[in-house]
Amino acid sequence: MPFSEIAMYTIIFLAVYVQVFFLVTFFERRKHLNKVHKEDLPILQSFPTVAVIVPAWNEGTTVHGTVKSLLDLDYPKDRLEVLVIDDGSTDNTWEEISKYKDHPQVKIFQKENGGKHTAVNFGIDNTNADFISCLDADSFVAPDALKRIINLFQKKPDVMAVAPSLIIHKPKNIIQHAQRVEYNMSTYNKRMLAYLGAIHVTPGPFSVFRKEVFEKIGKFRKAHNTEDQEIAYRMQEHHMKIDHCHTAYVYTSSPNTVKKLYKQRLRWIYGFIQNTIDYRRLIFKTRYGNFSFFTLPSGIISIIAVCYLSFALLYNLTIFVIKKITEISIKGFNLSFSTNFDWFFINTKTIVFISIILYGLIIFSILVGTKLAKQGRGFHWHIIPYILIYSVIAPVWLLKAVYNTITRQGQPKWR
Amino acid sequence: MKGFQKYFFVLIITCGIFATGWYLSNYVNNKKINEIKDIQNKIAIDILSSETQFSLLEELSCQDLDNSILSQEIAKVADKINFSEQNVGNAEEIDSLKKQYTILQVKDFLLAKRIGERCKQTISTIFYFYGNKESCVDCLKQGFVLDALRKKYPTLRVYSFDYDLDLSTVRALKSIYKIENVLPSLVVQGKTVSGFKTVEELESMLPKELTNPKKEPLVGSTKKP
Repeated sequence: MPFSEIAMYTIIFLAVYVQVFFLVTFFERRKHLNKVHKEDLPILQSFPTVAVIVPAWNEGTTVHGTVKSLLDLDYPKDRLEVLVIDDGSTDNTWEEISKYKDHPQVKIFQKENGGKHTAVNFGIDNTNADFISCLDADSFVAPDALKRIINLFQKKPDVMAVAPSLIIHKPKNIIQHAQRVEYNMSTYNKRMLAYLGAIHVTPGPFSVFRKEVFEKIGKFRKAHNTEDQEIAYRMQEHHMKIDHCHTAYVYTSSPNTVKKLYKQRLRWIYGFIQNTIDYRRLIFKTRYGNFSFFTLPSGIISIIAVCYLSFALLYNLTIFVIKKITEISIKGFNLSFSTNFDWFFINTKTIVFISIILYGLIIFSILVGTKLAKQGRGFHWHIIPYILIYSVIAPVWLLKAVYNTITRQGQPKWR
Repeated sequence: MKGFQKYFFVLIITCGIFATGWYLSNYVNNKKINEIKDIQNKIAIDILSSETQFSLLEELSCQDLDNSILSQEIAKVADKINFSEQNVGNAEEIDSLKKQYTILQVKDFLLAKRIGERCKQTISTIFYFYGNKESCVDCLKQGFVLDALRKKYPTLRVYSFDYDLDLSTVRALKSIYKIENVLPSLVVQGKTVSGFKTVEELESMLPKELTNPKKEPLVGSTKKP
């Protein structure tokens, strides 16, 4: 068997392994998942104080909606405070924030631009709440989200942070609809990682932390502009449990162009690579559990796999084009299409059948994720553009992130 | 499931999925091989029928003889063997099919030659000896040239032989036509030439009856499997 085939089979074996791992976890925890999914709005025993920090840098158009969604949260007004930090905006953000200067629940601050992590840390320094959350100023919270998250904290005292389910806010074009599918799949993946105790990111939009987290392991760090990943790594290192409340929904704005999506993902992947390098000491250490043996290795393998597959695809495409050019130069250009379809010429190699099973597993995860995120049921046609768009674009930002890492280029900008 | 038990359990399931994929692939590929065998059997019967017809020639006129000796299916067989070589993976089975195909080509050539002599018709033939892409970088181009010629002259009979095929028939042909290990090698109307040849170069070597036909020559051609 040639090297290329061995590499392909290895990659697909590992990809199937990861999906089966999630599937087995899903069937193990299906009863619990169903129970949680059908749970009514919880009645809390007590209402601990919660502070939500909204770091805003040039978010003049969306910050108002973000703050309003927080004030509309179904939570006692005297137990919830909102800290809005203008991180040196150059647009009308401060003007918009100032509208809340007399609001009893809202505290507003203005500081020099220093990056998101400095704004959030500034907020942490200015609160004494029992629970601290952060909400990017381009996101909106479902009214019952906080109650559901606090309920989880009260049921599980050992949980130190809870991540919500992220949903794309009002997707309009095909790029955003594709992201919606991706986010739905992430809800499934994150739920399964939570069962495994192996979550590697506490997303910026409305992840809630016990204040002890910051007291014990420190506040947010710059961390290659992916501070929400780094703190999750740090928590895992300190054996702090991160859970996922899939019934707490947060709606987030999404890039509406390929270019914006590319920049966002480049930052995420670059951050993942850099944080994984920074925390490489956690890999394959039994004391860090599934985070060490599953999350980090599967992330690394997926990056290597995409790099290899991209080059293999490029090579095969080049060979195909050269062959076609040679054929046309000898036989001439022929536009006629043969209508004689012969099933014989369909590729029936083992890898094709396994790929079909793999795609089946991926579609299953999207469908379950969609149900968990309450975004509908059944097969939605947006799955097709999701698979097509991400198959083409994802390798580009991934390769660029790897290139930036190898050439030690600076980290991608926040925006 | 706790700890590494789950990792092992998932490994077993993943292996099971691979085994299922392998089984399905094997099942479909065997069907494909059987399809090639069926077509080759049909061709063998066609040739046998033509040989029988030829034996009766003395009682028949040349007009009564079915001149489409090779079934149209044989071109499809070449494509299918070629595809199977790259995709099916059952090397021994494919090699056997390829040998059968090669023998059928030679039988077809011999029969066409005899009918041509008997009926005073010029048979235009090209023998094409090819190798794999490592040993013959120009074979891809040469294949396109022969495709173009086939399309231009449907009555031209092109027989393709794998230079490396371990078959006494191929060895005999290589010996008769003095084919050296320079690929591609072609035998045009009995004359051996080596190296890549363009459409124009090959046309100049073909009989005028083909390029300016006065009477209908024998129909049929075969392709590189």
